[in-house]
Amino acid sequence: MAESDNIVVETAEKIFADLADPQTVNNDKKDSWQAPLWQALSEAGLPLAWVPDDLGGSGASLADGFALLNAAGRFAVAVPLAETMLAGWLLAQAKIASPEGEMTVLPASPKDRITRDADGALSGRARGVPFAKAAKHFAVLAHGKDGASIALVDASKARIETGLNVGYDHSDTVTLNKVQPVTVKPAPDGFDQTTMMLMGGVARSLQIAGALESMLDISVRYSNERVAFEKKISKFQAVQHNLARLAGESAAALAAATSAADAIANAKSFDDAVYLEAASAKIRCAEAAEKGGAIAHQVHGAIGFTLEHILHRYSLRALAWRDDFGSESHWAVELGKLIANRGADELWPLVASR
Amino acid sequence: MTAALRFDPIRLPEKCEQLRKEVRAFLAEEIAAGTFDPHKPNREDTDAPEFSRRVGAKGWLGMTWPKKYGGQERSFLERYVVTEEMRVANAPTRRFFVADRQSGPVLIKYAPEHIKMDILPRICRGEICFAIGMSEPNSGSDLFAAKTRATKTDGGYLINGTKIWTSSAHIADYMIAIFRTSQPTNENRRHGLTQFLVKMKQPGIQVNPIGQITGQYEFNEVVFTDFFVPDDHVLGEVDGAWKQATSELAYERSGPERFLETYYVLTELVRAVGPNPDTRSAEGIGRLVAQLHTMRRMSVSVAGMLQAGKEPVVEASIVKDIGTVWEQQLPHRVRDLAAFVEETATNRETLERQLDFAIKTAPKLTIQGGTTEVLRGIIARGLGLR
Repeated sequence: MAESDNIVVETAEKIFADLADPQTVNNDKKDSWQAPLWQALSEAGLPLAWVPDDLGGSGASLADGFALLNAAGRFAVAVPLAETMLAGWLLAQAKIASPEGEMTVLPASPKDRITRDADGALSGRARGVPFAKAAKHFAVLAHGKDGASIALVDASKARIETGLNVGYDHSDTVTLNKVQPVTVKPAPDGFDQTTMMLMGGVARSLQIAGALESMLDISVRYSNERVAFEKKISKFQAVQHNLARLAGESAAALAAATSAADAIANAKSFDDAVYLEAASAKIRCAEAAEKGGAIAHQVHGAIGFTLEHILHRYSLRALAWRDDFGSESHWAVELGKLIANRGADELWPLVASR
Repeated sequence: MTAALRFDPIRLPEKCEQLRKEVRAFLAEEIAAGTFDPHKPNREDTDAPEFSRRVGAKGWLGMTWPKKYGGQERSFLERYVVTEEMRVANAPTRRFFVADRQSGPVLIKYAPEHIKMDILPRICRGEICFAIGMSEPNSGSDLFAAKTRATKTDGGYLINGTKIWTSSAHIADYMIAIFRTSQPTNENRRHGLTQFLVKMKQPGIQVNPIGQITGQYEFNEVVFTDFFVPDDHVLGEVDGAWKQATSELAYERSGPERFLETYYVLTELVRAVGPNPDTRSAEGIGRLVAQLHTMRRMSVSVAGMLQAGKEPVVEASIVKDIGTVWEQQLPHRVRDLAAFVEETATNRETLERQLDFAIKTAPKLTIQGGTTEVLRGIIARGLGLR
């Protein structure tokens, strides 16, 4: 996925390069880049990439959509593209048509629950909802007496307390108090909150992997420019070894994320093997964000710490994305329980099944 | 963007899964028959001749080689499956593994036909054991520093010098070794090394065992004194061994043996923890499994690149670097978690014995296939830093 070998990614990369260049975005203190970027993405049908034609979307494959998210990570795109894609995908699971405009999904944490009353009204609180403040609609997974359902909710009906994640993007608390959805339908058999969290987690994994690719790229470039003690710092073995480790973390993140994306794109159901792939991707990519981001900053010295430099656009977002749809510690506990429950002799067969 | 470090999500084809079942069934039979104990990694497994022959009889040695040499002409991915199942089961593979992975392919590429016809079928039948003579006292990963001389004489070469860290030399029938045939030149310091096929167990070779902190004897010092090697045992180009040696390294560096060496402690931890782990154990196991799964997916991806005829030197080095660090840390992480295992766990003793052995094994894992520092140098070169 590192190269643009499909039309969806090519289109996206062109838009990102033209309208979301990280240096330009970083210099723009008024956020005047956001509206033109969103408009271009919408005109290209990218936010609704995962929504079938008959439900108002552009009907791209899951695989193409995942590759698009990886590209978005490479540009550290800070508009609700991933969120709108996930929302459209969630709504499409229940054959609900997607409206135009920005969306996000809730809940965004495995611990939060939205419930549905007998009369269909939704209640509950969801914390850490990415871009809730910017969304016109929410795609909501709710639980009621008759099981899970999927709802489209008008964002103006919710109470939103704004917050910022560690990457300075909106991460808000959304409270629904007996809100009547625009549409609500039952979730498909077997679809539950874990399914949604795994899908969101893989989306974030691909974004983290993309951000790490860029962190490696700019760190290598910087090390070849910066001179210290009369040598390019790239000639110092300690710096080379740090960058080799960053390359390893970046490669591991990309491998884990693309493998999980491939698993979901080809899965008949979210079985244990897909669970292993998706949970592992979120765990390993989060670890890579921590280790790799630290090395990128180390190589850049203090200048990467400044707001003027673009490194933080990648490093902080990669760190922030760790928290959405279940942190690595959450998924590690869940995966560990699954492994323990299946038993020692089933561990290798599960790993080798992928 | 920088070097495109792609690890495409290759999936093993269906026939690999069929083969996997066959290998598991074979290993289960061997375990039942008492050939080896999968829970005891700390055995002397260098000499398991009958097991080697049975693996050969299954057609699982020289799997990718031409049929005329006794091979099966199967895919690199099929070989991958056999390797990982053997490794995970703790099967006694040392006797045949080097010949199967490295020595055979070197012979296929560089040996004269009559030698290939003589030796390769015997490797495929699991009859012979190979050692690799690369390192020397004070050289190690720095192959340029090799000093052991091969001096031209009538009909061949006379060898004088010492190789060291030579795994399995005490049971090996052959060694593929690098000797100095001339001095490096100013233009090319890689010049002057030649690869030879050495027949062991002859006068002029003395093998001295080197004990390991695990209590095992696997490494050796091999001393050559006026040892004669005939001309037809020169492999490839005289003075040009450097590129021959490096081109094989992607195969040595990315396989499942590069992250599964201490894997057994993880299985045993899961067994000891039982079906209802506490939060700390669950998290620890979950992280380790996520890391293992990721490395394996990278390793399979590299296997796919090799099968496709690519030379993924940097990618293979990354797998080896991350894999080595992981398999070195694994026993220590398992030890952390094992502190909370109940006294009543039935496999507690096994786990403790395994941890003791794995902790002692860990320091050596950086060496095989290139030290971590050498690998990071290769990766740095791939990034355009040197």
